[in-house]
Order: sequence, then structure tokens, then C-alpha cells
Amino acid sequence: MRRGATRHSLLVAGKSGRTVDELIQLLAGMGLPGLLAQAAGMLAVCAIIIGYIAVASMFMIWWERKISAHIQVRLGPMRVGGWHGWAQSIADGVKLLLKEDIVPTAADKLVFALAPIVVFATALATYVIIPFGPGLWTKNLNIGVLYYISISSLTVVGIIMAGWSSNNKYSVLGAMRSAAQAISYEVPLVVSVLGVIMVVGSLNMEAIVEYQSSRMWGFFPGHWLVWGQLVGFLVYFTAALAECNRLPFDIPEAESELVAGFHVEYSGIRFAMFFLAEYANMFVVSAIAVTMFLGGWKGPVLTLGFLSPGLAAKLWGLFWFLTKAYFLIFVMMWLRWTLARLRVDQLMHLGWKVLLPIAFLNLGFTGLFLILKDVWWGS
Amino acid sequence: MTAAQVLFYLLAAFTVALALMVVLAQNIVRAAVALIFSFCGLAGLYLLLDAEFLAAVQVLIYVGGITILLLFAILLTSRIAGKGVRVLNEQKLLSGLVAVVLVVLLGAAVRRGFPALAARPPQPENTPAIGELLMTTYALPFEAVSILLLVGMVGAIYLARKEPR
Amino acid sequence: MVPLSHYLLLGALLFGIGLFGALTRRHAISILMALELMFNAVNLSFIALSRYLPGSHMQGHVFAVFVIAVAAAEAAIGLAIVLGLYRNFKTVNVDEINLMKW
Repeated sequence: MRRGATRHSLLVAGKSGRTVDELIQLLAGMGLPGLLAQAAGMLAVCAIIIGYIAVASMFMIWWERKISAHIQVRLGPMRVGGWHGWAQSIADGVKLLLKEDIVPTAADKLVFALAPIVVFATALATYVIIPFGPGLWTKNLNIGVLYYISISSLTVVGIIMAGWSSNNKYSVLGAMRSAAQAISYEVPLVVSVLGVIMVVGSLNMEAIVEYQSSRMWGFFPGHWLVWGQLVGFLVYFTAALAECNRLPFDIPEAESELVAGFHVEYSGIRFAMFFLAEYANMFVVSAIAVTMFLGGWKGPVLTLGFLSPGLAAKLWGLFWFLTKAYFLIFVMMWLRWTLARLRVDQLMHLGWKVLLPIAFLNLGFTGLFLILKDVWWGS
Repeated sequence: MTAAQVLFYLLAAFTVALALMVVLAQNIVRAAVALIFSFCGLAGLYLLLDAEFLAAVQVLIYVGGITILLLFAILLTSRIAGKGVRVLNEQKLLSGLVAVVLVVLLGAAVRRGFPALAARPPQPENTPAIGELLMTTYALPFEAVSILLLVGMVGAIYLARKEPR
Repeated sequence: MVPLSHYLLLGALLFGIGLFGALTRRHAISILMALELMFNAVNLSFIALSRYLPGSHMQGHVFAVFVIAVAAAEAAIGLAIVLGLYRNFKTVNVDEINLMKW
């Protein structure tokens, strides 16, 4: 697995261990008045995150093409940039930027222009609570998980706006299917996450990671929530696949069915924003899964000889977090190229009649277990 | 003028402008999009009032649920040729007058009733406090609302079902 | 510091706009949208009062949660009714749905 591109970009962009508040204090120390320092700090962090999304998405697109190629016993991109075509995504990005921006004549221009912005902005806004490492988050919100759930439901709005404003029957159909799928799978997603919240007792991302920090036998991560909440993790992962419109749930983008679903009329940079938003969403979903079920940034090694302890902890945290997140992304890509696509009615059946009851049963058993634990073992 | 005051006036102007667009827009999809953004403006105002749980719930349920429902209904009941139809009925002036009188009366009542409340009492952490109240003092309304939602769901599914031919 | 009366005035203004919309719009779904505006104005007033009144009252927040839940149920049923109207009358213009007028 190659993660060098993304981790290197983070270190180079100056994220080397400073949280947002430290950055703001640094700027204030350099003489900027309070409000300006805050604004500048926030802009800088926003720029870093957008840079990360761009680089990570490009890496993931290349990686997906390589994975799909090797699963299908072929080679994938090999030429662009020399070694295994690593610059293929950059070439694709440049091509998209240079394409002509076509707006359908009868389209609602304002809504047509706003839709990709809404979709990308919501994908970007969910990066606020992702804990990349100890102290490496934009804001440690007290309602962390609830914030993620709220913002991720805004993507559906952008999808409907895109489908409607394209003034194209395929777009509207694709948008309605996509919206129906997204809102149907939001419910099992939220219910499966509720189990974790009940066990931890807090919506705070840092608290959830700290809960999973103790180890058994010196190294085995025994308190990872994935062991206790295995059903919850599986339901979450399935629902998250549906939220990201990934196969086996990619009816909205089914290349062989609806032309391209809700973004068929978009070209050039507008399409690039949808594309980036999809991959950014994939990363966020994996990041949340890692934080809530797989221990977040906690890993076995805590020090690095030649660096100060604080910085070493942050770097190691970042390394473990990215490893786990990209492993989950690898699983998502693996599933895409292995499983068949679900039909729309099969998809709805799975969401409402299979995942939701399982999620509720998980919630019920978790609550029952917590109460019994209190009663029998005195907490 | 602190940052909070500037932010309040900006958000208030934003929300009011979008609310006007909701009631006056010619194209109903634009009205729905304006409603979405006005809900977001209101969520921002809730954040200014230190109500972070309510802000998240507002975005989650209003924007991520109710407006999507509205957009679905609009898409399912839309006419192909709908431009040029007047959107306001013949009661425009009278109801405009009624609305203005109501706002003026409420404004006067507010001015008289809450003159100088600007102090900031300390706030408990939102989510646990709301949860505790919901489970203890307001447990009965909580259960009643859950039954209401169940009845609403069953009713809506029944009313909107496809007629068997 | 923004005084409480500003928030309540904003709530009153939004309520007035929603009221105007509910009384004058002809599209049934527009009326529902104006209703949602009125609900939100009321929520804003509840939360502002809960924030500014002496003592820490979370009752305002709890009430706002109930208002949101009831508004969601009402929107769902209202829209189901609108769908039924559209199927039977082929129009969502409330002016044209007057079969029961004398």
C-alpha cells in the first residue's frame, strides 16, 4: 500500500504537529490583531485541508485504477510519469480543468452552479472533526459525531439540486434515486453509531478515541470498539458504502444504466468538484469508522528516538490513523471491483428491511448489556 | 462592535432575505433552495446562542430531512409549463397588512416586556442537559412525540401509496 | 452583546414573513414551506429566551426539539396529502380545489 504521497504532502504543508489554536497563537504572536489572526489561522487550516483533499483524492483515483487493474489481471496506468503511471491523476485533473464549461440552455443557471459547490462544501465541512492524530484536528467539537451526521445529510440536497437544475430526465431520475438511497441508508448509519456513543458516553471524537486506548497483553488493542460492536461496525460500513454511492450501491452513478445519473450534464471543473467530493467523502467515512471502531490514532509505538515526545506522538498518531483509514479505503475499492451492483428495489429492501432492524437490535442489546453491566458488576 | 454582533446582523439579514425569497419566488424550486439556506442561517443563529445541539439537529432534520421531503414532493407534482403563473393570490394586500401589523405589535410587546436582558448566564453542556430533561421531567411528552411520529409515518405511507389498479 | 429583544424581533419578523406566505401563496407546497418558516421563527424565540432569561433554562431547548419533531411529522403528512390532491385533481393550486365550496 502506498501512502507516501499523502503523508509527505501533510508534512510539507507545515502541518507538522501544530493544532489550529497553536497556529492562531503563532500568527497573533507575529503581530496580527486578534480577529485577523483568527481569520488567517482558519483560512490557513482550510487551505491545508483542501490541499490534503486534492492530493489524497488524486492518490485514491490512481490507486483505484491500479487496484481495479490488478483485480482484473491487467496493469492499469503505466506510462504517465514513468513509474506505474503515478502522474495519471494529475494528467486527468489538468484535462478536466481545461475542458469547456458547458451549461445546458434550459438549465436553471443559479442552481446549476450552486449544486457542485454545495456537494463539495459539505464534504469539506466534515473534515472539521476528523482527528488525524492527538491534537491534530481542526476543532474538537463537543457534538463531534452529531456534527458529522448533520453535515453529511446535506450532500443529498446538493444532489437533488444538481439533478433538477440540469433539466434532463436522466438527471432527475438519477437524483431522486440517489437521494432516496442516501436518506434510506442514513438511518441505519446513525443507529449503528448510536451504539458506540452509548458505550462511550460522549459525542466527542477525542473521548471516543481515548476510550479505546487501553491494550491487552501489552500490544493487542483489546478495547477497540470493533470487537464489542462488531455488528455495529458492519452495519456502519455497509451504510457508509451506500452513502458514498460506491458499488454495490452505485445505482445513481451506474455507468451502464443512467448514463451518469445526476451529474450527467456537468463537465470540466464542475464535474471535477463532484468527483473530488465523492473521494473526499470516502476518506471521511473511513476516518469516522477508524475513529469510532478501530481505535483512531492509537497505535502500539509511542516514541521516535530523535524527535521530541509531543511531535513524535503526533507523527505516530497520524501514521497509524492514515494506515487504518487507507486500509478501509482499500477494502471499499476491493468490494467495488468484486461485487455486483444491487438493483434499486434490492437496495431499498436491504436498507430498510435488513440493515435497520439489525441496527436497532444492536442498539437494544447494547443498552441491555450496559444496564446489566451496571446491575451485576456495579459498573 | 464585537465579532458576535457583526455575525448576528449578517446572519439575520441573510435569513430574512432568504425568507422573503421563499414567499415571493416565482419558481418553486428556487423557493425551496432559499428555504434550505435560510434554515442554515438559522442554524448559525442557534450557534451564536450557544445552542450547538439544536443547531446540529436543525441541520440534520430540517435541511437533511424536511427540505428533501419538500423537494421530492415538488419534483413529483411539478408541471412542465409553469412559468408565468402568478404565485400570490388576490389576498396579497390584506394579508401583507395583517403580517405587518402582527410584526409591529410583537415588536412593541418585545420592547416593552424584555427591556434590558443582555446578561450571559453560564450554560451547562447542551446535550447531556437536554437528554436529562427529556428522560426525567419531559418523559411523557417524549413518549407522546414518539407515538406521534409513528402515527405520522404510517399515515403518510398510507396516504401516499400507489393505488392498486 | 446582542440584546434579547433583537433575537425576538428577528423571530417576529420571520413569523410575519411566514404568515404572509401561508396566507397568499397558491401552490400548496409553498404554503407548507411558509409554515416551516413560522415553526423556525418560534424555535428561534424559544432558544433565545432560554439563553437570556436569568437562571439556566434548558426547557427552551427541549421545547424546540419537540417543535422540530412535530414539524417533521406535520410536513410528512402534509406532503402526503398534497400528493393525494395532485393525483385526484391534477393540480396543486389551492385556489382550484374548491369542490366543497357552496
